[in-house]
Amino acid sequence: MIDVACLIATVTIAAASLLTLYRLARGPDVVDRILALDTLVINTIGLIVVVGLWFRSTMYFEAALLFAMVGFLTTVALCKYLLRGNVIE
Amino acid sequence: MIIAEAAVAAIILIGAFFLLVGSLGLAKLPDLMRRLHAPTKATTLGIGSMLIASMLYFAIIEGKPSIHELLITLFLFLTAPVTAQMVAKAYILRTRQLHEVLPGTGRPVGWATLDAAQADACSETVQHTTID
Repeated sequence: MIDVACLIATVTIAAASLLTLYRLARGPDVVDRILALDTLVINTIGLIVVVGLWFRSTMYFEAALLFAMVGFLTTVALCKYLLRGNVIE
Repeated sequence: MIIAEAAVAAIILIGAFFLLVGSLGLAKLPDLMRRLHAPTKATTLGIGSMLIASMLYFAIIEGKPSIHELLITLFLFLTAPVTAQMVAKAYILRTRQLHEVLPGTGRPVGWATLDAAQADACSETVQHTTID
């Protein structure tokens, strides 16, 4: 039962990532693209958690935690660059 | 045991549904301030449901509870508002027609996003050092 749920969830997250990629390619402004990248990171964290449940392994949660940290830092650094023209002043 | 499996499967499906809703909102909504609203649902409800499902699975069915999921949840819930605020500030700075619409701050200093140098000069937290 959990395997079927993981399969459906993987397909759903793939569709969500495609919608996010549409906004990433289309976005009229740089800020839209930054937001799309952030949402893509969120989708990827969900995918990693689902794959960890599917393979019955707790090893994937470290990967998800690292991905969350890198995604947060990327978004904040890009926004800071747009705001002040510099990342670390 | 079958009830626990059904609950875990249902919570996984709920999480996947909210991730799809967040991305659909990002793709469909008309401007950035409204688009910013949708992915926060994906973060809190989507990822939150997924992590609750995996906590239930490893604690009840496998019998070895883990706290990594709580760490991920805590980190995401702490960083999501910071991300949203930075994106909104960058959008305010880059959109010219918003600058006339914004209301006054009611203080001698204007919006910190728009006049960063003026706000820095009037800030109580910045220590000014004089050079002899």
